[in-house]
Amino acid sequence: MSFSVPASLEAELDELTTHYPVQRSASLMFLHALQEHFGYISKDAVEWTARKLGLQPINVYELVTFYPMFRQEPLGKTHIKVCRTLSCSLAGSAELRERFCTRLGLDPHAHASQTTPDGQFTVEFVECLASCGTAPVVLVNEDLHHKVGTAEADAILKQGQKA
Amino acid sequence: MPEPFKLILKNLDEPGFTPDIGCYQRHGGYEALKRALAMPARDLPDGKKLSPQEALREDVKASGLRGRGGAGFSAGLKWSFVDRRSGKPIYLICNADESEPGTFKDRQILHKDPHQLIEGMILSCWANDVKLAYIYIRGEMPVAAKLLNQALKEARAAGFLGKNILGTGYDLEIHVHRGAGAYICGEETGLIESLEGKRAYPRIKPPYFPAVLGLYMCPTIVNNVETLCHVKHIVLMGPTEYAKLGTPNNTGTRIVSLSGDVQKPGYYEIQVGRVTLGELIFDPNFGGGLKPGRTLKAIIPGGSSSKVLKAGEVFKLNRKGADGQMTKVDVSLLDLPYDFDSLQQAGTMSGSSAVIVLDDSRSMVQTLGNLSEFYAHESCGQCTPCREGALWLSKATHRLCNGEGRKADADYLTHIAQNIQGRTICAFGEAAAWPVLSFVKKFRDEFEAQGAADEAAQAKSPGTSSPKSSDPHSAAGSLQTH
Ligand SMILES: Cc1cc2nc3c(=O)[nH]c(=O)nc-3n(C[C@H](O)[C@H](O)[C@H](O)COP(=O)(O)O)c2cc1C
Ligand code: SF4
Ligand code: FES
Repeated sequence: MSFSVPASLEAELDELTTHYPVQRSASLMFLHALQEHFGYISKDAVEWTARKLGLQPINVYELVTFYPMFRQEPLGKTHIKVCRTLSCSLAGSAELRERFCTRLGLDPHAHASQTTPDGQFTVEFVECLASCGTAPVVLVNEDLHHKVGTAEADAILKQGQKA
Repeated sequence: MPEPFKLILKNLDEPGFTPDIGCYQRHGGYEALKRALAMPARDLPDGKKLSPQEALREDVKASGLRGRGGAGFSAGLKWSFVDRRSGKPIYLICNADESEPGTFKDRQILHKDPHQLIEGMILSCWANDVKLAYIYIRGEMPVAAKLLNQALKEARAAGFLGKNILGTGYDLEIHVHRGAGAYICGEETGLIESLEGKRAYPRIKPPYFPAVLGLYMCPTIVNNVETLCHVKHIVLMGPTEYAKLGTPNNTGTRIVSLSGDVQKPGYYEIQVGRVTLGELIFDPNFGGGLKPGRTLKAIIPGGSSSKVLKAGEVFKLNRKGADGQMTKVDVSLLDLPYDFDSLQQAGTMSGSSAVIVLDDSRSMVQTLGNLSEFYAHESCGQCTPCREGALWLSKATHRLCNGEGRKADADYLTHIAQNIQGRTICAFGEAAAWPVLSFVKKFRDEFEAQGAADEAAQAKSPGTSSPKSSDPHSAAGSLQTH
């Protein structure tokens, strides 16, 4: 099988397990690290994590299905999370998300997260990102963008085209 | 004019203030820790002695500090519930999950002044004989998680963390643990399950009070980021001076997150109870008023889970008269002191101190639609009334948002919400029910008018609801009116 965790990452994860008196506690941190490396959590990653932590695969799989940040398929290189919740909505986040979708040829009315066919972008609605004072906010990969207007939205897309 | 009061926020927005330990120490950082750890035992009038750790626990109690995470429970009292005789290790967890809609105060500390939190945590751990602690930070703050890890590394290198801290023989480790996008991880027992590597299913209390059966079934303290920061200032000021900040039973300062329809949304630190809701919204030192030409419609005063307050409402508050007797006085909405007790007496709560302002351009039906969708999405699914009820609430409000409502929906919503609250494992049930109950009660005319209008339209041309309109995410369901 092609699934293999590089030695440096495995060493990093082994160090993480020392943070907890019970190994199982490290599972969320394992999944974060594996998702960062592989782009998503595959069945192999679930089984590998379970083996490393002495768990059944279901103990790990049920985390992947419970926690919204974990995903089982690769996503776009630029992951655009638009805040849906009240303060951002009051500041126009629904319109903002529609703009992203329309510009990228995605369905502006579809509920779920969507990825462009070329794998460049994923657009998703998420709940309050704890920055309601600078609404509307958009989390682009790890960077939070504040008070996002149309010009900044277009700049995010332009930047993502190059990624 | 009421002024912001900067205690926790003192340094973090100053030009040139950076999150590294050097800068923190140039601003007096870790002096409180050095002072506390060098403290001798305290002699009591009755001849007994308090260990320095016990003395700090007593000081936190005497300071009147109440939790800044949501429930406003006395921090000192919470610490006193910890089972110290079980022989098991005691854990401390910093709740940095900040996910109550409207709240963005912990974010400021985590990103700009992480050492203030770490110093507060070390002090709190030392006072409670904790040797291993965690910062549970929400998954959507990856940058803050890295900053915290860096800050912990610096604190270790400086001898403030790790083995034999400052030569006192005290050992402590703190680790960062990342959540992964679930609101329920903010609830302390859900958080503990999540930290154990499981789904964040809250535990039932009793018996699972964290102070007795918390992390790994050991005694555990869970405190909010801001609460832990205050411990440092209690050490520096002493409990008596600290308690002079704020108002009796509502001591100290609080960071208010202000958002929605104001000129200057932002985070403002105030002395608890010394600034009113009206000042927070209208004063140029705070929100700076509404948008031009708008009038106030409603205030969500303590995060999305708190009960909404309607413009013009007047409340009966208990006030101590000059003779020491309690009397009831009328206080109008904008004159409500922003503190724990006043908001509770007004029938709501200061919760996570997140104030969301709504002006007259907003539809209360659409606003509730937005909030109900949040709760439907975030229910962990363990209890039937919450899992099913939150979804029904969301479906019924969306029906009203999309031209498919009924006049009876106001009663229907109330009925469902009443059947959720008090019937669930955790307080999420109340959090989902309260917005609905208060919106429908205080703005019933809007809900009934919407339902009646929808019924009339449906009677005229039955079966014409477009598929687009039933999509809650379309801009048709938008809250913006302009
Ligand atoms: C549904 C729900 C969500 C919560 N979310 C948070 C949160 O994001 N941050 C927080 O500090 N407390 C949150 N709390 C409160 C915690 O359960 C707990 O009371 C708090 O962390 C205790 O800290 P404190 O005493 O310092 O306030 C939440 C509670 C509930 C019921
Ligand atoms: S009340 Fe809701 S969130 Fe809390 S345990 Fe029950 S289902 Fe989960
Ligand atoms: S509502 Fe968007 S960040 Fe809070």
